[in-house]
Amino acid sequence: MHKYENTDTTPSPNEGITEPTRERLQPEAAEHAVAGNQKDLPGSALAVEHYIADIDETPVAATDSTVADEAPLSLWRDAWRQLRTKPTFIISVILIVLAVAIAFFPQLFWSEDPSSAECLLQNSNGKASSGHIMGFTAQGCDVFSRVIAGTRASLTVGLFATLGVVVIGGIIGAIAGYFGGWVDAVLARLGDIFFALPLILGALVIMQLPAFRENRGVWTLVAILVLLGWPQVARIMRGAVVEVRNADYVTSARSLGVSSFNVLLRHIIPNAMAPVIVIATISLGTFIVAESTLSYLGIGLPPDVMSWGNDISDGKDAFRSNPMPVFWPGLALSLTVLSFIMLGDALRDALDPKSRKK
Amino acid sequence: MLWYLFKRILQLIPVFLGATLLVYFLVFMLPGDPLAALCGEKGCTPGVAAALTEKYHLDDPFLVQYVNYLGGLFTGDLGVNFSGREIGSILENAFPVTARLAIEALVFEGIFGVIFGLYAGLKRGKLFDSTVLVISLIVIAIPIFVLAFMLQFFVGVRLGLAKPTVSGTAGWGELILPAVVLGLVSFAYVLRLTRTSVAENANADYVRTATAKGLTRGRVIRVHILRNSMIPVATFLGADLGALMGGAVVTEGIFNVPGIGSQLYKALTLGDAPTVVSIVSIMVLIFCVANLLVDLLYAWLDPRIRYA
Repeated sequence: MHKYENTDTTPSPNEGITEPTRERLQPEAAEHAVAGNQKDLPGSALAVEHYIADIDETPVAATDSTVADEAPLSLWRDAWRQLRTKPTFIISVILIVLAVAIAFFPQLFWSEDPSSAECLLQNSNGKASSGHIMGFTAQGCDVFSRVIAGTRASLTVGLFATLGVVVIGGIIGAIAGYFGGWVDAVLARLGDIFFALPLILGALVIMQLPAFRENRGVWTLVAILVLLGWPQVARIMRGAVVEVRNADYVTSARSLGVSSFNVLLRHIIPNAMAPVIVIATISLGTFIVAESTLSYLGIGLPPDVMSWGNDISDGKDAFRSNPMPVFWPGLALSLTVLSFIMLGDALRDALDPKSRKK
Repeated sequence: MLWYLFKRILQLIPVFLGATLLVYFLVFMLPGDPLAALCGEKGCTPGVAAALTEKYHLDDPFLVQYVNYLGGLFTGDLGVNFSGREIGSILENAFPVTARLAIEALVFEGIFGVIFGLYAGLKRGKLFDSTVLVISLIVIAIPIFVLAFMLQFFVGVRLGLAKPTVSGTAGWGELILPAVVLGLVSFAYVLRLTRTSVAENANADYVRTATAKGLTRGRVIRVHILRNSMIPVATFLGADLGALMGGAVVTEGIFNVPGIGSQLYKALTLGDAPTVVSIVSIMVLIFCVANLLVDLLYAWLDPRIRYA
């Protein structure tokens, strides 16, 4: 393997050429320039002036100083290097960490537990005051502590629905893409059937079933979102698997005698995960929105669960006189959703090196 | 081309059957004895109950009922719901309203989404681009019913630019505000999709060739960049019809639009299974056909695509 002759292990290209080297190059270049100036063209009375750039202006070719010993960066390391300086990535990660922290330890953020605190009707639609910075709902409850308390349900729905969609859609998509043939055809049609049922319509119908209607809660909602949401992930996973199925490393793994299942598990799925992770991050946001819409229609979370969606739909009746009980949970929801979408966008840019060149 | 169309229609059949069967199955597991709803508090006499069971084929096995129903659907006979009204007549009144609403929403999101997205994609990284991108993200992140309330309040009540609720006739003009609300989220998606696609195609070789051979900028943009960027957008618009139909349930409720969405919601809360099944199966059928049309549109958008 070719190695740069200056063997010190400085990885950065600019540091690769040391000062003495530059000085050594300088006189040669100067001589060359002089020679160029003095050279007369045949048949011409005038000396043609050739401009030769000063050596300082000529960039040192990066290839000469690249240390080729190191293994190339993996897709994920490369993506990380790309991401860590990106403002949208940093902002969205901070917001998501904050939201997760609130979901886990709400007691650190509120001054009183909204599930045990008394809501006084004398405070109904009250303005913001010290200790109640977001004012009161129509029932006289503190909006701030309800927004804090609602974080957990909303995030749980989004997170677990996404997890379920990725696992189920991922498995089905991987099997369809890997085995192809009639398996693929059957699974694709199955996906189409669920795809043809729009999310809200499907949820409306399913939620009327006694088994679901009588057990309304976070997990029922997660189940419905997974049931109606998996085909999207399956399609993307299938496409990604088809793309890597015939890659050289897969052929070599197979010819080394790795079983079909292990090839899929160890070699194909890890290499097809990138687009799935991107779409999963974005759909996490859309699932949180879906929760609120379904809660608004009265088929989402039951009224005794505190969630942003429930609070928004509770506040809507008094919206014209007191918009704040709608505004604050709405803001919390939008910021969370926004961070997941921004994170997904940043991941997409980082994981798709093709899009980066422009 | 014809062969392709034939193949696609063949593929459509199992999807349509599967989806309607699924809905039919789910709805007929709904609680509530249909006869109890018909006869009121006193309950039917055994003779009436037997006659009604006979009339509505309630004793038939599930699959037989389903096949009967499908037969009715394709001959235009949707039957009556449990309160004795013709489902066909309910749909007849509600369907044109929702169709107007959906068309306005599609036109809004299609035209404005493409225009803004095209401009943002051509000026990638500039102020307009980043502003529009941030706004589109915010629109996506807000639930549709919150957007509906906000626009209803500010545009309808405060500014008085449009009527906050729609009258019984629901003409084109009245439906503009609900349609904008309905299409707003998809507008943001169309915009982002167009922008990405345009930014990608603007650097393509054929665009450089087109510029090099002396075409005007306008023609390069219209014929070479825009047309090639439309495929993902068309795909999205086809799939989006489903989301619009779902969103219609919310939007029609808020703006009091007498359309399919509000009928569906009413039927669901009343446990009126036949109406629900009819509406959802018709929506699924429309959705499938729309996506078929989108597939056929590909060939017109990109002549390199040939159907074998």
